[in-house]
Amino acid sequence: MVKNLLAAAAVFLLLGAAAYASFFIAPTDVKQGLIYRILFLHVPSAWTGLTAFFISFVANLLYVWRRQPRWDWLGISAAEVGLAFTTVVLVTGPIWAHPVWGIWWTWSPRLTSTFVLWLLYVSYVLLRTLLEEPDRRALLSALFGIFAFIDVPLVFGSIRWWRDQHPQPVVMGEPGSGLDPIMYKVLFFSWFAMMALMTLLIRQRYRLEAMRSDLETMQHELEAA
Amino acid sequence: MSLLPNTAVLFGKELRTEFRSRELLTTTVVFILIVLFMFSISFRPTSDESRQIGPGLLWLAFLFAASLMLQHSFLSEQHNDTLSALRLSVSDPFAIFFAKLAANTLFLLLTELLLLPIFATMYNVPIVPVFHWLLLVFFLGSLGTAIVGTAFSAISAQARMRELLLPLLMLPLLTPILIVSTEVTKGLFDRAPYLQWEGVGFLAVFDLVFLTALWLFGEYLLEE
Repeated sequence: MVKNLLAAAAVFLLLGAAAYASFFIAPTDVKQGLIYRILFLHVPSAWTGLTAFFISFVANLLYVWRRQPRWDWLGISAAEVGLAFTTVVLVTGPIWAHPVWGIWWTWSPRLTSTFVLWLLYVSYVLLRTLLEEPDRRALLSALFGIFAFIDVPLVFGSIRWWRDQHPQPVVMGEPGSGLDPIMYKVLFFSWFAMMALMTLLIRQRYRLEAMRSDLETMQHELEAA
Repeated sequence: MSLLPNTAVLFGKELRTEFRSRELLTTTVVFILIVLFMFSISFRPTSDESRQIGPGLLWLAFLFAASLMLQHSFLSEQHNDTLSALRLSVSDPFAIFFAKLAANTLFLLLTELLLLPIFATMYNVPIVPVFHWLLLVFFLGSLGTAIVGTAFSAISAQARMRELLLPLLMLPLLTPILIVSTEVTKGLFDRAPYLQWEGVGFLAVFDLVFLTALWLFGEYLLEE
């Protein structure tokens, strides 16, 4: 309990420091002004979300191979946390795009791929709620997770090669092409803070799933008795 | 190496069950027809607009229809628990998938071929000069759809809300098929028709990737 509180406090401090750095240490962008600072929330969230989905994919593979419940717990925990971070990406994206590009949304490869990725993992989470029996739920959702993750590069490729013929928004479409060195440092520090948050969330969610599983076992034993 | 003989027998069984009733094919054809008609009256496209949006509408209608049609694939094995019998009778469980996805590809292709002339008439696009290329695109697109759809129908058959679940599982995953098939078809419907070989290659890669995934993981989908 104390350990959890300490870990949460540490992550909270890290996030606070990252927020401080993004507002007061990183210099203001010449072209975009203040709004660009959302970069320090948007981009790290995207990277962290992808990391979480990758963790979920590895856990899915390990479950199919090893059949230990803990890989199932890790799979769903990482998928849900990844979904939360990707939701942040999808919400902060339009907030940033509107003042800078003049539009809320464009079906560019990154946006479309992120959206499809989000849909795939929403289906993954939903699928789990619709499968009754724990072992079957674990196995089938793991298999769906594997298929979904394999699809990600294909989705990205198809959109990049066939849907990217329109000109990109003119005003600084892609950050990162010429980022100030201090901005880079703040960006990576924010990513580090986000990864810490992700680790904390996955850990807590994993414990919840483990407890749920214990509860289910006890209920079954009670019914059998 | 009993995969191919097993598959051939099971493929024959899939065809026999379908062609005895022809329920699946008839229902799917009518469904797609209704969707195409509704698209047409809601947009009222001119001939040029048809060339632009027609391929997308056509593929959307096919994918929606496939997501309904493929439900049947494993659900039909549940009534008398014939799936257990199937599992016992083949040495490699992949044969079950292989036969089912071959049959499903054939069914999808048949419905598409039946509907193509009607679509061409409704939307005023000439198809005869590029028919063989259309056949290639439809084959690759249907194969990809059938691979993913057959695999997921084994999942959704075991879940609650299964009728809604299969479209939810397979449609986002088929985004690449929708995009690329639409683009290649669009090229073929152009006033100066052309074939996008990169698109054909991409569809083949998609099919190959998921066929491999199904070959590797298919047996776990059928575990008791």
